[in-house]
Formats: sequence, structure tokens, C-alpha cells
Amino acid sequence: MSSLDPVLLSRILTGLTLFVHIIFASIGVGVPLMIALAEWRGLRTNDMHYTLLARRWARGFVITVAVGVVTGTSIGLQLSLLWPMFMRVAGQAIALPLFMETFAFFIEAIFLGIYLYTWDRFKKKYTHMLLLIPVALGSSASAIFITTVNSFMNQPQGFTLINGIMKDIHPIAAMLNPATPTKVSHVLASSYTLSAGVLAGIAAFSLLRGRDHVYYKKALKLTTVSALVFAISTVMIGDSSGKFLAKYQPEKLAAAEWHFKTMKEAPLVYGGILDENNEVKYAIEIPYALSILAGNRPDTEVKGLEEFPADLRPPLSIHYMFDLKVTTGVIILMIPVLYVLRRWLPGRKPYPKWLLLGIVLLGPLAMIAIELGWMFAEVGRQPWILRGYMKVSEAATTSTSVGWMLVLFILLYLILCFSCIRVLSKLFRNKEAEKELETLGLEGGIVH
Amino acid sequence: MSYEIVGIAILWTFLFGYLLVASIDFGAGFFSFYSVLTGHQNKIHNIIQRYLSPVWEVTNVFLIFFVVGLNGFFPDAAYYYGTALLVPGSIAIVLLAIRGVYYAYNTYGHSGKNNIVYMALYGATGLLIPAALSTVLAISEGGIIIENSTGVHLQWGQLLSNPYTWAVIILALVSVLYISAMFLAYYAKRAGDKVAFEIVRGYALLWSGPTIVASLLAFFQINKQNPDHFTNMLNIAWMFVASFICFAGAVYLVWQRRHLGVSFILVMLQFAFAWYGYGRSHLPYVLYPYINVYDSFTNSTMAYALITAFVAGLLVLIPSLILILRLFLFDAKYVRGHEGKKG
Repeated sequence: MSSLDPVLLSRILTGLTLFVHIIFASIGVGVPLMIALAEWRGLRTNDMHYTLLARRWARGFVITVAVGVVTGTSIGLQLSLLWPMFMRVAGQAIALPLFMETFAFFIEAIFLGIYLYTWDRFKKKYTHMLLLIPVALGSSASAIFITTVNSFMNQPQGFTLINGIMKDIHPIAAMLNPATPTKVSHVLASSYTLSAGVLAGIAAFSLLRGRDHVYYKKALKLTTVSALVFAISTVMIGDSSGKFLAKYQPEKLAAAEWHFKTMKEAPLVYGGILDENNEVKYAIEIPYALSILAGNRPDTEVKGLEEFPADLRPPLSIHYMFDLKVTTGVIILMIPVLYVLRRWLPGRKPYPKWLLLGIVLLGPLAMIAIELGWMFAEVGRQPWILRGYMKVSEAATTSTSVGWMLVLFILLYLILCFSCIRVLSKLFRNKEAEKELETLGLEGGIVH
Repeated sequence: MSYEIVGIAILWTFLFGYLLVASIDFGAGFFSFYSVLTGHQNKIHNIIQRYLSPVWEVTNVFLIFFVVGLNGFFPDAAYYYGTALLVPGSIAIVLLAIRGVYYAYNTYGHSGKNNIVYMALYGATGLLIPAALSTVLAISEGGIIIENSTGVHLQWGQLLSNPYTWAVIILALVSVLYISAMFLAYYAKRAGDKVAFEIVRGYALLWSGPTIVASLLAFFQINKQNPDHFTNMLNIAWMFVASFICFAGAVYLVWQRRHLGVSFILVMLQFAFAWYGYGRSHLPYVLYPYINVYDSFTNSTMAYALITAFVAGLLVLIPSLILILRLFLFDAKYVRGHEGKKG
């Protein structure tokens, strides 16, 4: 019994750290791209509004990067502190992507430092913007490498396990497992969506507050259109993730869809609740939709949960996470679509108030979707830590102090998040964009 | 050289890199806070800020690199250290987190004004972190982590009652202040800031004595803690002698107020000799007596992949590091503060 409690507590603590980290990490992946986009537009059109946009985003970005770095450090070390048995076995196979992730982050850290302190320092204006390329590549590359590790845990390959020791290891095969393509692209696309959404929300918030300077309108257009493009790709990749699950992790898809019997022409269960006899109530059934999701054809056979032994089934509660995530994803897609159609919409022109409110919600909604997506992916592979090879209960630390560490980290993350929000809002309130435009002498926006 | 030795040498080098950059950072944080407290902040604070702002993120990476590399090359190390160090490791993470975040909040978040609470957190963690991290060196000598039928355990009593632990902590604290002051003296001199230079020169000379005393103390405590290790150290005694000579040269140059660049190179050599001498004599053990580099090594495919990735990574990393150093350390204009205001 004594090692049971550390298992649950280790799961909670790891989950908590990731819960905080993924928000800041996603911002870290997407925002450099948005900054580069704004600065590039500013240079190309000679419109200083965009350049100022890039500057202001960069200023706030550093604050979020700091939280991302320290929570990333936490999870990096907690992997060994909380899951020593797992690292002892799997460390043999996943060391390479972990190592490469650190390299990518190193490059990002170096160039971000340079970027922040070299505004107006280079003779050629584009040089400064080019510094963002290694920043954006570095952050996206670390996301890619670390996601391959997670994919490996979902879909392990590239080794043979003999008596608890991995033999005959192929590091590259372990990285390029079947889960990698969909996972990596979904993580990248959703991070870009989140970042564009957050920045769009800031612009919409300023407009809602009655600031109608053209600067905010340009910001809103750039960010909302980007959010639209990224949201479309996220949804499309999400669809191929469903097909991946059907093929490689059918028990996860079956649990997510409360799909108990193997059948063709399987309906998709949306919403609803499950009673104690595993009967679905109050749900909307969409005929053929699950088969189409799984294989693009209504006659695709979808494996049911009954084919898996009871102790290897994921918890059925992941259905709620899955449905909520998909619903949030669709809303995130619809809001920028409405923005594009804003001329034909009811409400005060040029921007109906309710639409601006919706755009403000883009960021928080994307955060919710990302959290739900990760919870679904992680809880959905229970009871495994290394699917098919090692259970979570065999991997955790045996230390009896995990509970206290959990308390310590809850306090730490609460303080970090609250102070981060405070510092960020102070930063932008102390230095309004209109005033900065005035000091730069840029009322009109275009420098001739 | 065997893969094992290449692996541990890579890791040891990362730790050495961390030792240098983190010491400068930790010590500077403390001096910065101290100068605010004593009311002459603007004399040295600006210099410290100008150096630290562009590089603070980079420091952390060296440490992560070491941990990730250790897991990769020696998976058993993850198991033993990971299980035993949950509490001290978590405390170190919390301290690092507070330090990193509040540095960013103070530097980028508030316009110019220094928040005394942030500065205090920054200064205090600057001393607590090296103290916490250095205990791992004491633990690696054996006798503190034990394995029995119920698993791997850290013996807190053994750790805290051990004179070697305290010798290492003291050594870590004074070296942090010494390395940092020696570097800042060089940096202030480059900046042509006479006032700051005189202050940090005083710090450097002040902390040089305790550094060498603490080194000797730690040196002789190893004898009691792990006699085998001590014998190994005596076999390569020349490295420690070389370290002392570099120390003497570095302090002499600072005393003379001349060739501060050479002086700091001597400081790096001083610690390099001591560090690699210590590491070499510690071999083959990563954790005495449970983990040695030959029995706990990762499989050869992964070792080859890691070393390849390491070489490829260095090809990108070294030019980038040179670039950041050229822009912020060797660029006279930036160092003097004419350029490089944040955007």
C-alpha cells in the first residue's frame, strides 16, 4: 500500500506542473511567429504601427517566457524525481529527443536575449527581424522533440523489452513512431492558434474599452485572420488524430466515444451522461459519424471497448473531455469566421460589440481547449505510462514526501500565475500604446 | 577514449559551464541586492543589469542539459538520485523558479524602478541555490544515499551531520561571490566605470582569501569522507597545484588593477583544474558505490546517438554563444551603456 499513495500524488503533481506549463509553453511556441509577422509587415509596408505592435508583444512575451522556462525546468527535473523507475527503463530510448529539446531551447534562449536588446542596433533593418527565425525555430523544435517523447509513451516502438531492460534500441525509430506526425502537428497548430487568439483578444479588449486608434484595428485584423488560418489547420489535423486513434489506440477512441460494441456504421455519441449500468442517457447520436471519423467511410468497422480487458480500459470520463474539447475547438473556429463576415452581421459597425467580446474570449477558450486536449490524451492512455509495456503504478517514486512537495508546488504555481497576470497588466497599463505612438511621433502611422 | 568516458566528460563540462555562468549570475544577484540595501545601488547595479539581462535565460539551460544528459547516459543515475533527491531537488526547483521569474518581472515588468522585495528574493536565492545544489557533490561521495529492501533513501541525518557537506556548501558560497566579483571587476573595467570597478575589486579581493581556505577545508574533508577518492586526488596533485597558481596569478592582477581579462581567464583555469581534477579522481563512480560509469552506462546505440547530437548541437551552439558574447560582452559601446536599451 505504501507505494500506492505516491503514485496518485505523483500523477497529480505531474499533471499540475504540466497544466501550468503547457499554457506558457504554447505561448512560447506561437508568439515569436506572430511577432515576426508583425515586424515583417511593419518593415515591408514601412508602417511603424506594426513595428510598435511587435515591440509591445515582445515586452510582454519575455514575462511569459520566464514562467515557461521555470515551469519547464520543473517538469524536466520532476520527470526523474517523480518517475525514477520509468526513467531508468525508458531513459534508454527517449534520451535523444530530450537532449535535442534542450539544444533547441538553448538556441531559442540565446537569440531571444539578443533580439530583445538589439532594436535599432543593426544598420540593415531586416537583420533584427531575422533574429526571430532562430527563436521561432528553436521554440517550435523543442515542442516537436518533446512531443515525440509523449508520442513514444503512447505508441512505443524501436526496442525490445527483456526482463525490464530495453535492448536493441533504435532512437530514431522511437522518435518517429506512428503517433508522432499527428501529435506534433496538432500541438504546433493549436499553440499557434492559442497565441494568435490571445493577441487578438488584447486588441479586441482595447477596442471594447473605446480606444479606436487605427493601431488597434490593424492589430485586430492581423491577429484574427492568423487565428482563423491556424484554427482551420488545427481542426483538420484533429480529424486525422481521430483516424490515428482508430487505427493504433482503439481503446482510447472507444472510451472517448462510449463505443462498447465493435461494429460498422458506428454512430457518434455527443454529450450525454452514463448511468451505473453503462447506459448512455440524454446523448445526441449522429449516425455513421464515428465510422466516418475513424476511416472516412460509413462502413468502417470501429472497435468497441468490450474487446479490451477491463483493467486495461481508460476511464470513461474522457468522453466529457473529448466532447468539450471538440466543442471548444469549433467555437474557436467560428469566431474568426464571423469576424471575416462582420460587414453583414447585426450590431454596431464596424465591429459589433458581441463580436469583440467573442474575440476577447478566443484566448481563454483556446487555453481551455489545449488543457482538455492534453487531459484527454494523457488520461486516455491510463493505466499505461508506456502503453503496452509499463503501467503508471510501476513507474512512480517510492518516496513518502510527495504530498508535501505537492503542497509546495501548488503554492509556487499560484504565486507565479497571479504575479504574472499582475505584472503583465501593469506593464501595458503603465505604457499605453497611444502615448508610445505620440512619443515616437507617429500619429499617422506611416513614415514618409 | 571509451563512450563512457566521453559521456561523463561531456556532462562534467556542462556542469563546469553552469558553475561559471551561474556563479557570475548568482553572485551578481547578491551584490546587486546588497548595493541596493546599502544605498549605493546605482554605482554597480547598472553594470550588473547590463550584463545579466541578455543572458539570464541561458544560465538555466546548462543545468537542464546536465540533468537530461545524466539521465540519457546513465539511466541508473536517474533512478538513484531521482528517488533520493525528491525533497532537496524540489526545493532547488522552487528556488530557481522564484529567482528566474522575479528577475524577469523586475527587469522587464516595471519601468526602471527596482522593487526591493524582488531584489531581496533575487539576492537570497542567489546564495541558497548554490548551497542546495552543492550538497549533491557531498552525496555523490557515498554514505548518504543508501539502498535497502524498501528502496532508495536519503539519510537526512547523515547529510546534515557530515562535515564534508558543510565544507562543500561553504566552498560553493564563497566561490560564487569570488567568481562573480572577479568577473564584474573585469566587466566594470571594460566599461570604464571607475567607481563600480573599485567597489567590485574590493569584493573580489575580500572573497579570494575565504575561497582558498574553503578549498583546502573541502580537500581535507574528502579524506575522512572517502579515502579512496582522496588517494586518487593525491595521484593527480599537480592539477590542484596548477589551480592554486592560477588563483595566485588572478588575484595578483586584480590587486595591480592590470590585465583584468587575463585575470578572469586565470580564474576560469583555476576552477577548471580543480573541477576536472576533482571529477577525474571521482571516477569511475557517479554515486559511490552504487553507480559507476561502466556498469550503469546506456546502450551503445543511444550513446552514439547522444554524442552525435551533442557534436551537431555544438556546431550551432558555439557560433550563437560567440555572437551573444560579441554583442554584449565584447562590444565596447554596449558595455558602456550607450546602446541596447530594451525595446
